[in-house]
Amino acid sequence: MATTLGFHIILACLGIAFPTIVLLAEYVGLRRRDETALVLARRWSQVMGVLVAVGAVTGTVLSFEMGLLWPGLMRQYGAVLGFPFGVEGVFFFLEAIFTAIYLYGWRRLSGWAHWWSGVPIALSGIFGAMSVIAVNSWMNQPGGFTQSGGRITSVNAWQVYFNHAASYEMPHMILAAYMVSGFTVAAVYAVGILRGRRDRYHYAGFALGFVPAAILTPFQIFVGDTAARAIASDQPVKFASMEYVAQTSRHVPEWLGGVYVNGRIYGGVKIPYLDSLLVGFGPGTQVTGWDTVPPADRPPVVWLLHLCFDVMVGLGFLLLLAGLWALIVWWRRHRLPRPRLFWWLGAVSGLAAIVAMECGWVVTEVGRQPWVVYQLQTTAEAATTNGGVLTSLSLILVLYAVLGTATIVILRMLARRWRRAEVSEAEVPYGPAAGPLNQVGS
Amino acid sequence: MAADTVGGILLAAVTLYAVLGGADFGAGLWDLLAGGDRRGRAPRQLIDTAITPVWEANHVWLVFILVIFWTAFPQAFAAVMNAAALPLWLALAGIVLRGSGFAFRKEVHRLDVQRILGATFAFSSLVTPFFMGTVIGAIATGGIPADASHAILSAWTSPTALLAGFLFVGACGYLAAVYLVGEAARDGNRRLAAYFARRAQAAGVMAGALSLAALAELHTSNRFLFDRLTGRALPLVVAAGVCGVAVVVLLATPLTASRRWEGTIRAIAALGVAAVVWGLGVAQYPVLLPGTSVTLGNAGAPHATLVALVVLFVVVLLLIGPSFGLLFALAGRRLLRADESAPLGASLGAGAAAPSTRRGPGSAGRQPPILRAAAFTLAVAVALLRRRQNH
Repeated sequence: MATTLGFHIILACLGIAFPTIVLLAEYVGLRRRDETALVLARRWSQVMGVLVAVGAVTGTVLSFEMGLLWPGLMRQYGAVLGFPFGVEGVFFFLEAIFTAIYLYGWRRLSGWAHWWSGVPIALSGIFGAMSVIAVNSWMNQPGGFTQSGGRITSVNAWQVYFNHAASYEMPHMILAAYMVSGFTVAAVYAVGILRGRRDRYHYAGFALGFVPAAILTPFQIFVGDTAARAIASDQPVKFASMEYVAQTSRHVPEWLGGVYVNGRIYGGVKIPYLDSLLVGFGPGTQVTGWDTVPPADRPPVVWLLHLCFDVMVGLGFLLLLAGLWALIVWWRRHRLPRPRLFWWLGAVSGLAAIVAMECGWVVTEVGRQPWVVYQLQTTAEAATTNGGVLTSLSLILVLYAVLGTATIVILRMLARRWRRAEVSEAEVPYGPAAGPLNQVGS
Repeated sequence: MAADTVGGILLAAVTLYAVLGGADFGAGLWDLLAGGDRRGRAPRQLIDTAITPVWEANHVWLVFILVIFWTAFPQAFAAVMNAAALPLWLALAGIVLRGSGFAFRKEVHRLDVQRILGATFAFSSLVTPFFMGTVIGAIATGGIPADASHAILSAWTSPTALLAGFLFVGACGYLAAVYLVGEAARDGNRRLAAYFARRAQAAGVMAGALSLAALAELHTSNRFLFDRLTGRALPLVVAAGVCGVAVVVLLATPLTASRRWEGTIRAIAALGVAAVVWGLGVAQYPVLLPGTSVTLGNAGAPHATLVALVVLFVVVLLLIGPSFGLLFALAGRRLLRADESAPLGASLGAGAAAPSTRRGPGSAGRQPPILRAAAFTLAVAVALLRRRQNH
């Protein structure tokens, strides 16, 4: 059931971080009077317009879904969950308002005034994301309220928002959003470069996405490592499933890959003591296994959790490698790497970041099962009892598939149009000697 | 007390969504009825320019309403969501198709694809308010039991609920047409102003007739609500009627095309719709789901949550209010547009306040029309009530 979020989360990432990359491009363009960067910013903002519209409607779908699919959750914990969602609503407003000003204010507002009109979008993206993650992390580590006789009796909004898991989930997800956006932008231009379009425009587009994402990658790995250790103590069963720890023990090995079936692990690489080392910095550290809870309270598909976790970590290091490669070449030769392998790496970096993010999301959501609110409410209790859940779910999936395809088709169409049209002076929004804007609207 | 305040906030948010977002739906209705490619070109272009910069921001009110509803009154929210699941799903589908259809249409150049996307946008603009109306109708007529756990078809297919659906469509079309008269007047386009004035009058008469029909239907289906509407909520009901008549009459005069008056006419129309929303709210108070014992007081979330929501709303007013003002001011001055060239250096802060030579009363003139319309409506309503009491 949680799969319906999968589509929105990609859009949400782009919604959180893409405006910052657009602003970065415009900043470079205005600061250095760089036409290429300004053209990129102008075109990206058009992409942003499409994404924001799709994000706005799928966001509405989510707020409807909360009630339509999870009436049990809302009935019981709506009063607790609501506050962070309300805060998110405020930032959603700011985002929508200033996106409109930014998108349609090109050339009508002076250069820096226009740039500043975009700053609230970037900020509200971050704070809005914090609010939504506050809800998710609260579901992992509920707190900040008292309950008696099945009813919520008091709520501390501050403790709900800044719950125990928020401290590691918030930075992890926001960094993920920036990585997804940055690497996706970079990947688009890397593909162009692989196809022989080796011009300044493509290199600039690649760098404006790749550089911030690559800089954030090591921080993300550090935050992720901290988060995993926190989960080992906060949600030991989730951690045990991520790492195939069946019995609570010391000297726990780390499994890379492998499928767990009926107590045996097939096809994995075993590294002795590593899991204990990672959890407590010593081979003797005790790691809690899933045998501490009855089978009914364990996540359903352990191998899926473990593989998703491994894929996420593996892709994280792959992206780190790409960043290091670029850094070393830049340091020694002051240019981007030339080998085609690097550009292939760049071309897959976007997809890799998205897959890693989705895997991480599977780990946190499936890993919490059978709970929807950790140790308080099960998913079955929260879900709707209305018949036809499958029908409505499949309708949503069809709708999302159509929406996703349409979005991609539209974006590709924009790219084709931009490729055909040469960069004329008219398109440079705040460039020197600007002529009339030949923007072809509807 | 806190629960009442949050109830008021919820009603205020619904009002803002109806007055702002409703008009965006109505604009889609006029897009649908604008005729063929050639004949409908001018009105469609005006609709596009008018709603492009503002519809997403207006739409967020809906998300905000849902969030307040489920946070403050989670039990009632779950009941409504369960009982009226089908129309809500349909409204949701309409929202998705409408938003994406509209956004995609702008980017596409091929006429046939544009037509399909435009039709999607326009048709779903018709469907969405209809189903939202049936849900509100279902709540008002007491079709939602307090502990609903399954979809109830009869809740939203009662005559009153269906009437409410049509009323929503009519009201959206009415608001949109009135606003578009103003947009055309700002551009100095007298022909389009007259075009939308005719439509505003037609939709106004239709919405008025539907409201009366719904009221008459309530007489049989929900006597309690009928008595309340003709009792303590009567001033608001009368105010709504006065506003509607005033707009239809004013639109028949040459004032329609004047830039000075377009703001006032808009504000009267918006006040009329607001009066309907508040009339229903006042009539229901303090019951949240009519026909049940669920009230604002006993369905409310814990005190701390309600207080947090009130604080949140104050923040919204302080933070979002000025932002909306800026957006509407810039959009009203035609500083936000996707096409057409504009001179560089139109500065932000100073430009909004300084009188522009080309445009008439811009943002600086926003407040007076609203106040003027409020005073006008109040005076007429008070006069009418006085007369009634004297009899």
